[in-house]
Amino acid sequence: MADTAHRTPRALDLKYQPGFTSVAMLCFFVLYAPIAVLVFFSFNANRSVTRWTEFSLDWYVRALANEGIQNAAVTSLEVAVFATVFATSIATAAALATTRVARYRGMTAAYTVINMPLMVPEIVTAVATLSFFALLRTTLGINFGLGNVMIAHTVFCIPFAYLPIRARLENMDLTLEQAAADLYATPWRTFRRVTLPLLVPGVIAGAMLAFIISLDDVIITMMVAGPGQTTLPIYILGQIRRGVTPEVNAVSTILLAVSILFVTLFFLLGRRRT
Amino acid sequence: MTKVFGGGTDVVRALDGVSLGIQENEFFTLLGPSGCGKTTLLRLIAGFEQPSGGEILLDGASLTHLPPFRRPVNTVFQSYALFPHMTVIDNIAFGLEMRGLSKTETADHVAEMLDLVKLSDLGKRKPGQLSGGQQQRVALARALANHPRVLLLDEPLSALDLKLRKEMQIELKRIHRDTGITFIFVTHDQGEALTMSDRIAVMNAGHVLQVGSPTEIYEHPTSHFVADFIGETNFLEGEVVARDGASAKVRLSSGVERQASAPKDAAAAGRVSLAIRPERVTLSQSRQTGALNGRVETMVYFGTDTNYHLRLEDGRAFMVRLQNHEGAQAPFATGDEVAVEIADHALQVLRD
Repeated sequence: MADTAHRTPRALDLKYQPGFTSVAMLCFFVLYAPIAVLVFFSFNANRSVTRWTEFSLDWYVRALANEGIQNAAVTSLEVAVFATVFATSIATAAALATTRVARYRGMTAAYTVINMPLMVPEIVTAVATLSFFALLRTTLGINFGLGNVMIAHTVFCIPFAYLPIRARLENMDLTLEQAAADLYATPWRTFRRVTLPLLVPGVIAGAMLAFIISLDDVIITMMVAGPGQTTLPIYILGQIRRGVTPEVNAVSTILLAVSILFVTLFFLLGRRRT
Repeated sequence: MTKVFGGGTDVVRALDGVSLGIQENEFFTLLGPSGCGKTTLLRLIAGFEQPSGGEILLDGASLTHLPPFRRPVNTVFQSYALFPHMTVIDNIAFGLEMRGLSKTETADHVAEMLDLVKLSDLGKRKPGQLSGGQQQRVALARALANHPRVLLLDEPLSALDLKLRKEMQIELKRIHRDTGITFIFVTHDQGEALTMSDRIAVMNAGHVLQVGSPTEIYEHPTSHFVADFIGETNFLEGEVVARDGASAKVRLSSGVERQASAPKDAAAAGRVSLAIRPERVTLSQSRQTGALNGRVETMVYFGTDTNYHLRLEDGRAFMVRLQNHEGAQAPFATGDEVAVEIADHALQVLRD
């Protein structure tokens, strides 16, 4: 095997340190046991989320038939799709502008500014966004309704979409684009025929990350959304206030399944190398 | 041409006043150690870099301010830079398609190119499914498909193993002959440069030190660097006693006077450096007054030749290469006292 020489010697390998396995298992337990319990009780025939009686899919049937949940799911999807499309497009442009240009003054600053929202506490962004839309409404009389939520989601999804796209661009050999230019391709055709096709896995990864982030958001949505603009997480939060039923577990489990699906795709596409 | 990278105190003069004229249909090589500016010069011709000063002319028309996609030159990259998401055929067709050739014309050209580089069976493969040598051929075909006025080759053979490299050297010469395109070839391998080129420009530290045919460069290096970089060389000190055009009479420290070749701009009188190739001298048994006398320190057998490493009387090292003859005993042994015999015109006066 070619990689034998690079393998860490056993004495230095963290895996063989005493207690490694137990600590790892404890971490996994703390992370996933609550989720496992939630999924488990979504199949409970009883009304209780702590006492198991027997297996049933009733709560899923109920959840899917619930008009409130249906509406919330549609709203969530509308917002997430809008945010994904726009955030990914903007992030792709930003990634190109910070990797496919000669170094310019302020490039590092641009990179920092793009990623800053990841570091700002979400509640700050939420309050700021709320104030911004309030200002728009009171001074200019502009209110986009659900559009407000969509715009807010687009904005906070940009850095999440940006990171995998930029990573992909940085790993891409610049001489490929030079070769295209050498073979009479104009900058636009170089982008269309060489850069973009090779960038696709990064763009898809960025889009899926943006989609999940938008789908899961609570804090900013809660501040910005008006009446009747309930997304799925907001709906679940509202239900819990009236006591947890296995119906909430069922909706949460569906949301979880969607997330896992996307994370898996994200992982697989990230691994695919050209 | 001048190319300066960086600014302020952190300036690198990658090319410093380089001026070259390359003939049509020539196999022209830029030879030099890494960092000498040869690749920068190639990138300036391709249009990937902009010169800080100077001009690039093709048939009298300036290319200097054209973007790479408007220049009638194509490049074979050191890393090949094949498009990994396209098949061999699509790679070769790329330039033709960008220039707006019809589908049938493109297909004809691609087939012709696949034939030229002997890859007709592999057209449907992706670059990742090809060996290094095959990728190299695709890169060559892709660049040649457009019949460029000038083909730029950036160390194209450096990633291949020795045997394949030798094969590709012959292939490249054949393709150069068959296509009649001007080749500008960049390499740091002096052997490759000597065997393949019509003319060579030897570069160091952003300057072109000498331009000439492989024979000129090897037989008549004009500077210390060129003499040292290409082949093996002994350096001696001497004094110019008479000068006549391209030749000069020099007196060696031992007092012997010999005719030597001299570059036009070398010193007309006074002390000079001299270069002499190890195979251009002979050895004779025992010391002689007035000759370069020394003792054999080491012998290295090469099959066709034997190298004798001498220590001269003045303490300098000197190497002599003698051809081996069938069945003959080596004429000298370690520890022998010998005299180095230098014929007229074997010595080369250096500029520096």
